[in-house]
Amino acid sequence: MGSVLWQLLRREWQLTWRRPGEVLNPLVFFAMVITLFPLAVGPEPALLQRMASGVIWVAALLATLLSLDGLFRSDFEDGSLEQWVLSPHPLTLLVLVKVLHHWLMCGVMLVLLTPVLGMMLALPWSVIPVLCATLLLGTAVLSLLGAIGAALTVGLKGGGSMLLALLILPLYIPVLILGTGAMDAALQGLPVQGYLLWLGCLAVLALSLAPLAIAAGLRIGVSE
Amino acid sequence: MAAEQIDIIDLACERDERELFARLDCCLQAGDVLQVAGPNGAGKTSLLRILAGLMPASAGDIHYAGRSILGGSGREFWRRHLLFLGHATAVKATLSAEENLSWLCALDQPVDREAIWDALAAVGLRGYEDVPCRQMSAGQQRRVALARLRLQTAKPVWVLDEPFTALDRAAVQVLEQQILAFARDGGIAVLTTHHSLDHLNEVRRLDLGRVC
Repeated sequence: MGSVLWQLLRREWQLTWRRPGEVLNPLVFFAMVITLFPLAVGPEPALLQRMASGVIWVAALLATLLSLDGLFRSDFEDGSLEQWVLSPHPLTLLVLVKVLHHWLMCGVMLVLLTPVLGMMLALPWSVIPVLCATLLLGTAVLSLLGAIGAALTVGLKGGGSMLLALLILPLYIPVLILGTGAMDAALQGLPVQGYLLWLGCLAVLALSLAPLAIAAGLRIGVSE
Repeated sequence: MAAEQIDIIDLACERDERELFARLDCCLQAGDVLQVAGPNGAGKTSLLRILAGLMPASAGDIHYAGRSILGGSGREFWRRHLLFLGHATAVKATLSAEENLSWLCALDQPVDREAIWDALAAVGLRGYEDVPCRQMSAGQQRRVALARLRLQTAKPVWVLDEPFTALDRAAVQVLEQQILAFARDGGIAVLTTHHSLDHLNEVRRLDLGRVC
């Protein structure tokens, strides 16, 4: 059982390595959106600092959404998903590894870019760790919830991305509110543990329930 | 490993409120090769997908070794015995032949590198082990998929959707003989093809056009 999951992670890594554009696109999008904000609203530090957490969170949310559309598409089109469904190994664990890989390539990469972009938006160094911690937990939830939408829209011919956004964005709102709330508290020097615990709760909840929903969605997609 | 008996009982399939076939009964035993024939749109692929357990049937049941494959422990048992090769072959264009086979076999039972190289040589792809499948012709990609038939030897039931597509004449003959040898060893093969198998006396034929 462990061996198949390890093989899957290796396969995903090989696929990513051969087509780096799919990973780079959301990262470039994230960096560009945040870079353009100071140019548009002006370089005044107080104003930028006030907007920083919201801008970073919205950009991270949209970048994740952008990367999710193709998550299962190519595996669906070339027949790989049929083989996954027919495998004696549980589909829930296979998709969990697939989403874990997506999170490593999207969420964790966004977090690595964040300190530099945070500085550009005049965030003080003291709140950068909080920002990174909330993003790390938050993007895990975004990947897991988003994969449900990607699984449900996998069989749709074209136009799936708009439906995906409509399905998933409302579910992203609690994460957005908690993430930006933690940042506001950190900027005012208030404790942030409460927000982090809430985000952790959501992450654990998504981790335990989302794989079941993703697997069910893919089974429906394959059976069409 | 010998295959158990497959019973298709009163099976029906509807797609978009159109009946493709109904009241289909068929019994397959170890050693049988069944060609599902019929015009385009007769439901050949649908029948194979229902048989594989990928698609629900609108009525009827399929039993393997006396247990329904549509749910429960019967389904688990069926999946361990079944090798399904769909119309889309699950070969990734960006991965090499070896990487593709290594992963597709690992989904069931991992196989080692030497076995994969031997299987690729047997399907005429010696020297293509590390070539990305994107650079291969359609026939060569089909051969990569068919190499699984030589690797996953513990599977006594083959369900093959259009396995002869894009193959050259020599490869078609090799595959025909491989399927017959597999059946003689106690396997069951169900396949669709528009290619005529009339010269093979052992092959049973199920005509979906006539059933309807």
